[in-house]
Amino acid sequence: MAGKSVLKRLDWFSVLIYVLLVGIGWVNIYSSTFSEEANQSLFDLSHSYGKQLFFIGASFISILIILTLEANFYERFSSILYIITIVLLLGLFPFGKTIAGATSWYDMGFFNLQPSEIAKVATALALAKYLSDIQTDIKRRKDQLYGFLIICIPAILIVPQPDPGSALVFFALIFVLFREGLPLIYLGIGILAILVFITTLMFGTIWVGIGLSLILVLFLLLKRATFKVPIIPLISFFAITIVFSLSVNFVFNNVFEQRHRDRFSLWLRLEKDPKKLEEIRKTIGYNTYQSEKAIESGGFFGKGFLEGTRTKGDFVPEQHTDYIFSTVGEEWGFIGTTTVVVLFSILLLRLVHLSERQKHPFSRMYGYGVISILFIHYFINIGMVIGVLPTVGIPLPFFSYGGSGLLGFTALLFILLRLDANRLNEWV
Amino acid sequence: MKKLLLSSIIIIIGITFIGRLSYLQIFSFSEDQLLEDPAIKAVYDYPERGYIYDRTGKLLVANQHAYDVMVIPREVKPLDTLEFCSLLGIDKPKFIEKLRKARVYSPRLPSVLVPQLSKEDYASLQEKMRKYEGFYIQKRSLRYYDTQSGAHVLGFISEVNEGDLKRNPYYVAGELTGRTGIEKQYEELLRGKKGVKYIQKNRFNRDIGPYKEGTLDTPPEQGKEIHLTLDKALQEYGELLMNGKRGGIVALEPSSGEILAMISGPTYDPALLVGRKRSRNYTRLYNDSIAKPTWNRAISAQSSPGSPFKALNALIALQENVLTPTTTVRCYNGFYVGRTKRGCHCGGGIRDMNSGIYKSCNAYFANTFRKIYDKFPTTDEGMDVWEKHMKSFGLGNYLGYDLPDGLKGRIPSKEYYDRWYGDNRWASSYIISNSIGQGEVSVTPIQLANMTAAIANRGHYFTPHLLKKIDGQNIDIPAFTVAKKTTIDKKHFEPVIKGMTDVYKKGTARWVQVPGIEIAGKTGTVENFTKIDSVKTQLTDHSVFVAFAPADNPKIALAVYIEHGYYGSRYAGHIASLLIEKYLKGEITRKGLEKKMLEKTLEHEYAKPYSGQPFKINEYGW
Repeated sequence: MAGKSVLKRLDWFSVLIYVLLVGIGWVNIYSSTFSEEANQSLFDLSHSYGKQLFFIGASFISILIILTLEANFYERFSSILYIITIVLLLGLFPFGKTIAGATSWYDMGFFNLQPSEIAKVATALALAKYLSDIQTDIKRRKDQLYGFLIICIPAILIVPQPDPGSALVFFALIFVLFREGLPLIYLGIGILAILVFITTLMFGTIWVGIGLSLILVLFLLLKRATFKVPIIPLISFFAITIVFSLSVNFVFNNVFEQRHRDRFSLWLRLEKDPKKLEEIRKTIGYNTYQSEKAIESGGFFGKGFLEGTRTKGDFVPEQHTDYIFSTVGEEWGFIGTTTVVVLFSILLLRLVHLSERQKHPFSRMYGYGVISILFIHYFINIGMVIGVLPTVGIPLPFFSYGGSGLLGFTALLFILLRLDANRLNEWV
Repeated sequence: MKKLLLSSIIIIIGITFIGRLSYLQIFSFSEDQLLEDPAIKAVYDYPERGYIYDRTGKLLVANQHAYDVMVIPREVKPLDTLEFCSLLGIDKPKFIEKLRKARVYSPRLPSVLVPQLSKEDYASLQEKMRKYEGFYIQKRSLRYYDTQSGAHVLGFISEVNEGDLKRNPYYVAGELTGRTGIEKQYEELLRGKKGVKYIQKNRFNRDIGPYKEGTLDTPPEQGKEIHLTLDKALQEYGELLMNGKRGGIVALEPSSGEILAMISGPTYDPALLVGRKRSRNYTRLYNDSIAKPTWNRAISAQSSPGSPFKALNALIALQENVLTPTTTVRCYNGFYVGRTKRGCHCGGGIRDMNSGIYKSCNAYFANTFRKIYDKFPTTDEGMDVWEKHMKSFGLGNYLGYDLPDGLKGRIPSKEYYDRWYGDNRWASSYIISNSIGQGEVSVTPIQLANMTAAIANRGHYFTPHLLKKIDGQNIDIPAFTVAKKTTIDKKHFEPVIKGMTDVYKKGTARWVQVPGIEIAGKTGTVENFTKIDSVKTQLTDHSVFVAFAPADNPKIALAVYIEHGYYGSRYAGHIASLLIEKYLKGEITRKGLEKKMLEKTLEHEYAKPYSGQPFKINEYGW
């Protein structure tokens, strides 16, 4: 019987942080959806906090199932799960249920199933399975391409729901490829592209050109003694960058819609007129403005549990889902927000440690998939709520209200813990 | 490298987040966010504004309540329009029209449907109001005036404007504040302190209960009632006398500096600036740029003091020991400045100080003025000494009275003339007009009255003020209760006061004696000019009079300044004598004179410069 040894070898430290995050999350969902006049029981399923409590229960049951299954089950069935997921995503087009403008759900009667949450688990498993195959060599272009494809197919199916936020998440799985040997030059190019994009918007192509030339000249001056100057690659690099920078301007001004432009103006403070900026903050940036204000008003110690006036007044939209972190900020203050950030960081670092200690490549790669997905959610969500990233609507793992999300993240994490508990066993 | 990549990113992002959070929650955080918090609504509880009484305890200003029927269009439910209209006392088309206007203004915000219900209508409507959803009655507090006088002194209240809100964080838009006069000066005493209740609301602006169980709420603090130094009877009587005349009157109690009456003509009924019609009436008054009824001439009209100024020059000459009361000067029906002869109306002959004052001899005082300057080796030194003495009477600067406006008049300094003529290029002969209160000196009526009080007190004065009691307690404000010394020794006052009593006995004001009261006074007839079509044109003289009584134990000192009233004893002298009699005796014995003053107006005189026709000035007949 595998169960006993699983419980003995389970990484209880990770489980503890998971329980803490889910617990703190629920307390804040309770606070942000609680209303004084209706003094119903905690388990009232007509309230979000009641439903979430039910989903927490369901997650516990799913944890038991996940831990009970044999470890090699996940590797063996990953391809099938991936295919089922793709079918489910395709099925949304004719059969999906539309909530808030996005056709992302199946109506299961009692609850709504969101296949994109399952897709995160399935894609992480499928990618690990493909990369760990003895035939696969990540240094080969063809295999790199297949890896990208596994990531991209679900993302492409999710974009038109429309749910570009969830689609974005899949690209985080590229970290798995990097871990397995994908040249870091791809990462470098990616970062450079983002930098050029931002600096072009902020300072214009001319300054980007001047800045880049300065950097190159500096580079040449420092390298002169031992280095033969690669004139042609340098010039073409320079040219490509400038062309990219120009195309950024073109895309920004001609392809983007005004609402997109406004989001960037807000994020990068492109609008110099303080009155207009304030106007944008209060209209386009309303959500972020309100959540920043709520967090700010919490101060160091916070206003206290159920004392958040902005939370109570429902000033922050979507507060129990995407903006749950602002409730933490208002009611628990800097102490609360820092605690949550530290808990997430510790959990992620712990998972890196777990992944690295796997002997079996599949487990390690899957571990990296889990970390990538959890990290990108945590990064984008909190970044958005505290106003350092533009608005992208994705939930905070374990925290935000939502059944599919909680079950998905739980499955993601506990499959890794199940694999980890089995790391010393021979694989059948 | 590849093993550490993800870990280092996780750590860097964690640190970035904590950095941003500490910026938001520690550095940007400020405790005082209660009123900025959109989730908290402050509901205010306004205390009643303090009442204002006169020195004898007679009511001047109280409060009245007005009841407006308000409507929030969005919340209106179908109703029995006919019944409601009859309750409100309006007809149906008007009701529908008003409702439509309210909806255009805002469906969400309250608008006034019927303003200022009578108390009876309010009583009958109040019980039935709950039947009509979306309508309610709002009680407003307005000022109520128990007098038609004192508008300039009392001032008025109006809604705070953006400037007020910026200057003083106490106020919230829509609140009332003192705008002029006493209402502004003693705003904080009168208004009290509003109470506040904090209500938690949601983003739909609905109340969802008290914030923090009301622990931060504060109760209102009652406004204080104040007693002014004004004598209601004297003030009202003075305003009646000013009927049809322009100018300023200030009456003081010399022994305390208390302002017994402060009158500016033309005036207006303070009740005009109450409530709904305030704005329209104020605009109408304010736009009268000829009569300027909103302008408080008693403290803001600066003009030449005229002959009352001679008394001060006499005092300075005595103090500087450049003459004695018996020093004589011959008057040739005038005096010479260089080759120019300046006229004098005293009749000519030998003048000493006594007859110089009571006959108001220009030649005597031109001579006196020169003597002051001739004492010193340079005109500059003489000027400094003269200026110092003058200013010790409160001239040439704000007196420090408790009203928020007023002007400071002018006592010219040597720098003033240096700018005008050039350094060392002028002498006392250039400025000789100052000797008789013409020329470059200018004063306000309250300064004239204060100067008179200083003479009545034989050398000191108390800063004129209007506040007497706060909540029944006499004030103890050193600025008002500590005497200010003039630079003239007490002994020098008697000869001057003797001259001023002789003004009544045998001098320029012998026509306006009050039987049984010894008055000391001084007439003044002030030449003045205006420009008509950019031609300098002389207008009828201003009539000026200063007086105090009784001469040996002064109870009242006053200055009366009547624009274009001709010679001093005419309008100003008559009014001064009536006011003194009214204040000291309580009633007027000279009924004929009183009737004449109440009825006479100077409107025909004021109309002259605007007639477009050539006109005569200084006409004797009246």
